[in-house]
Amino acid sequence: MTMTDNTTGVLGQRLLRREDPALLTGEARYTSDLPIPGALHLAVLRSPYARARIVSVDTSAAAAMPGVTAVFSGADLAEAWAGPMPCAWPVTEDMKSPTHYPLAVGQANYVGDGVACVLATSATAARDAIDAIDVEYEPLEAVIDLEDALSDRVVIHDEIGTNRSYTWDLKIEESEGQVDQAFADAAYSVKERYIQQRLIPAAMEPRAVAAIPQPFGGDMTLYSATQVPHILKVMTALTLGIPEHQLRVVAPAVGGGFGSKLNVYAEELLCVALAKRTGSPVRWTETRSEGNQATIHGRGQIQDIELAADSDGRLTAVRVRLIGDMGAYLQLVTPGVPLLGAFLYAGVYELPKAYDFSCTSVFTNMTPTDAYRGAGRPEATYAIERAMDSLAAEIGIDPLELRRRNFIPTASYPYEAMTGLVYDSGDHDRAATLAADMIDYAGVRARQQTQNVPGATKRLGIGVSTYFEMCGLAPSRVLASLNYGAGGWEAATVRVLPTNKIQVVTGTAPHGQGHETAWSMIVAEKMGVSPDDVDVLHSDTAIAPLGLDTYGSRSLSVGGVAIAIACDKVIDKAKQIAAHQLEANPDDLEFSGGEFRVAGSPDRAMPLAAVAFEAFTAHNLPDGLEPNLEAHTTYDPPNFSWPFGTHMCLVEVDTETGQVDVLKYVAVDDCGNQVNPLIVDGQVHGGVVQGLAQALYEEAVYDSDGNLQTSTLAEYLVPAASDVPAIETGHTVTPSPTNQLGVKGIGEAGTIASTPAVINAVVDALSGLGVRDVPMPASPNTVWRAINEAQGGQQ
Amino acid sequence: MIPAAFDYVRASSAAEAIQLIGQYGDEAKFLAGGHSLVPAMKLRLAQPTVLVDIGRVSDLSYIRDGGDHIAIGALTRHMDVEKSPVLAEHVPLLAHAAGHVGDPQVRHRGTIGGSLAHADPASDLPATTLALGATYVAEGPNGTREIAAADFYQGYFTSALAPDEMLTEIRVPKMGGAGWSFQKFNRRAQDWAIVGVAAWQRGSECGVGLVNMASTPVLASSVATAVAGGASAADAAEAAAADADPQGDLNASVEYRVHLAKVLTRRALEAAAS
Ligand SMILES: Cc1cc2nc3c(=O)[nH]c(=O)nc-3n(C[C@H](O)[C@H](O)[C@H](O)COP(=O)(O)OP(=O)(O)OC[C@H]3O[C@@H](n4cnc5c(N)ncnc54)[C@H](O)[C@@H]3O)c2cc1C
Repeated sequence: MTMTDNTTGVLGQRLLRREDPALLTGEARYTSDLPIPGALHLAVLRSPYARARIVSVDTSAAAAMPGVTAVFSGADLAEAWAGPMPCAWPVTEDMKSPTHYPLAVGQANYVGDGVACVLATSATAARDAIDAIDVEYEPLEAVIDLEDALSDRVVIHDEIGTNRSYTWDLKIEESEGQVDQAFADAAYSVKERYIQQRLIPAAMEPRAVAAIPQPFGGDMTLYSATQVPHILKVMTALTLGIPEHQLRVVAPAVGGGFGSKLNVYAEELLCVALAKRTGSPVRWTETRSEGNQATIHGRGQIQDIELAADSDGRLTAVRVRLIGDMGAYLQLVTPGVPLLGAFLYAGVYELPKAYDFSCTSVFTNMTPTDAYRGAGRPEATYAIERAMDSLAAEIGIDPLELRRRNFIPTASYPYEAMTGLVYDSGDHDRAATLAADMIDYAGVRARQQTQNVPGATKRLGIGVSTYFEMCGLAPSRVLASLNYGAGGWEAATVRVLPTNKIQVVTGTAPHGQGHETAWSMIVAEKMGVSPDDVDVLHSDTAIAPLGLDTYGSRSLSVGGVAIAIACDKVIDKAKQIAAHQLEANPDDLEFSGGEFRVAGSPDRAMPLAAVAFEAFTAHNLPDGLEPNLEAHTTYDPPNFSWPFGTHMCLVEVDTETGQVDVLKYVAVDDCGNQVNPLIVDGQVHGGVVQGLAQALYEEAVYDSDGNLQTSTLAEYLVPAASDVPAIETGHTVTPSPTNQLGVKGIGEAGTIASTPAVINAVVDALSGLGVRDVPMPASPNTVWRAINEAQGGQQ
Repeated sequence: MIPAAFDYVRASSAAEAIQLIGQYGDEAKFLAGGHSLVPAMKLRLAQPTVLVDIGRVSDLSYIRDGGDHIAIGALTRHMDVEKSPVLAEHVPLLAHAAGHVGDPQVRHRGTIGGSLAHADPASDLPATTLALGATYVAEGPNGTREIAAADFYQGYFTSALAPDEMLTEIRVPKMGGAGWSFQKFNRRAQDWAIVGVAAWQRGSECGVGLVNMASTPVLASSVATAVAGGASAADAAEAAAADADPQGDLNASVEYRVHLAKVLTRRALEAAAS
């Protein structure tokens, strides 16, 4: 069944999210809300130095403080770990990864690196005792600058002898030397450097953990504000040497993640290890400053991109050199992030097999980086979309026109890109045309003629960004070819209860996305019941033992499709029961609207409810058929899903102050069929704001000694509701042909498209003043400086 | 985000508060709205051992017409300053500036006395009351004294108040229909100013206060002198940073702050004159 026409069904309706009442009234229970009698509180002493030898740790004074149960240094716990903290993505055979323990042993490598910890009977006592731990440090020179790191002038980790973690290449040529030749022959070419500043994910709910030993037998329950309970279970079992079947991981209500909770963190392992050691529950809640320092950061790349084009402006080659900032250690998927972008540096454009990508990733004395909303793909999209504007300026044509000339033609879908990946479906011209209409592109260009005159201090700019997102991670075989340490399947169980209520068990782990609502709609549509009759169970490995969790815009296009397939299996079984009851051949039965009917004899029918009860009593089932209506499936997608679209942003820049005012923002996204357009709009809104935040507001700033200057939300500028424009969403619908729902992911698209749209608009506004680029975030000071530099004036 | 241990006592009058602060000595601090002090305590940047809570000294929450000036009790919340009809009529610049402090939650808790006593050069009300030529009233163990706003600010977070002195009242001269403007420049609507300018003008007489342009709020006397000498707004604004000594930070370099002060002062004078 494909759902291109779902106007009459449940799918496609703007149902309010069933999750929201509990979230909005504060009734939802987050990890920190759980009442856990007798829990000990963990606090972590963190290194104040970016790089320092730990000479000695004296815990005696802290241990003597009231309420303190135990104090441990990294060395004290060295025996607790069966292995170091996990990195699941060894991108190359010779990738280097320094040994990383939950508490540093011997040397601390970033400000925030755990050095010692306290267990106490209250959070207050634990916090007070932290100040009483006496650590003698020998500060060492820190490495902050990526190119300095690359030079190995100072090697951070003696153990690996270099700051280079790996170099990963993707060179694609029809014939050898084609890229070089294309640049030699190019009618136009541009070469640009972009800096992807580090970002702090800043999820609304900080991280929180509670490990609870179960009575007798050594079983352990780990509650965590995580987006990956299943992965966390496997990794915790391996790192701590706990038999996996004795570990249960639960993610209660989780307040956002954006990739920052797609990880295995020191505090999770500490809580479990110390609960095991003490026999008491151990809990920990992150403070916001700890979050800024010791939860992963996103982005952190230097990008050099070159485009070659023929005399019509059609791309003939793309060359990319990246330096990736890994931070002090490799976390769960740190090294893989640049690879996720590697396939997208040609954007939505037709490029011959003339592509040369190389990424070298280095260690620095800063917080580890890892996946952050979009992970690699926003960076890639930023580079190609900014460079396309540069190319348009070089050629002297309108940036939208240049894009149109290069769009992959709609007729060529499914399209095999030069990387060998097959883009499932797309219609870039339609999305761009809709966006241009919504923002009145031609009208804005005309207004610019009258407004952006010499001497004008309020300049209008419009920015375009078109994108493809490679998401729905992912076919397991493709992940294998990238050395990723896990598969990309998702599991689902659909169970029709005797009273025709339906339980769905999913391996996805929602933390704000509205899966309970969306999955209930899929089942309702499939089974002919009301969404209210469907309960969605998730995020507890005792209830949903199999799953690969939620990240990479995968949940609907993999997990949601798995549910649809499980529904099909249930319907097949139910059909056999109904056929038996109706004394018909199963092949002659039709199922729709929750009822089985014999084709051609409308009066011979049996509702699913009756079948469900028959399956339960098992009084009269076909020979050999097992009782109950339940089916399980594990679905491995045949392809990524490829949402696409065009975003446009209209800004006014005050050239006296450098202030950027976003006047209008238009987002046209095509994520195939929409299960619930309300949720789609919400995802787009949030994503756009997060991308706009990178463009204009946010940056994790370090001084040259490696001190994080933005350790609170007073310095790290997350925009608030009053700071963001109204966002107008538009949609085109190009169903994915690779899955039965015709769906594509939408969780990251907004973030991917918006950052370049905003910066393109700012640069467009200032192009008349000679400005060619503005670094991110385009703060007023930065914009003012860019104008001055372009005008040859003071900085 | 857990402060160091402290004791807490609540005062029901100014006299009692002063007596308590004297009793506990140097390590004690007044707690008014708590919106500067408590964040600093949570980060353990401030670790007072005793808090003397004056937040419920309700007889210090008032806005009264004092003839040539308006008298504002030190415990008056920003929201009450913002919404006061008396101030709207006689000192609209101050009411308007109070409406730009933080966000509604901050304005409902924070007090004008706390804001001034805290002496943060990045805060809006110190520079605004300075521009308006306000006088502050302080009460201590030895009685009451008046301190001109121009004499009050001594450095970062340092005021002329003795540790056992409490700010009780702020007296702001009526503006007598002067034109005015408050230019607050920030990156997010709810933030402290990167640079702010509070200005009033009546003919060739004006007062200009600068936010976040030195270790104290700054009275831009050079601008006033220029205006008195007949300079245009643009020309007078060139002197905006003459009395300032700004620092660079994550949001602004020194050069940019100086530049902003000039731009915002020009805009403020133009708006005040129109
Ligand atoms: C999120 C946020 C945003 C903010 N944004 C802004 C902004 O944009 N602009 C701005 O100007 N301010 C801003 N503030 C600060 C806010 O205005 C504070 O309320 C104010 O600065 C302090 O007032 P308070 O009553 O809360 O003082 P408290 O925090 O209680 O006290 C501050 C200090 O003053 C002392 N003190 C208090 N009252 C007296 C008194 N009567 N006599 C002697 N000493 C006293 C205390 O001992 C303490 O040292 C913001 C605060 C927050 C939390």
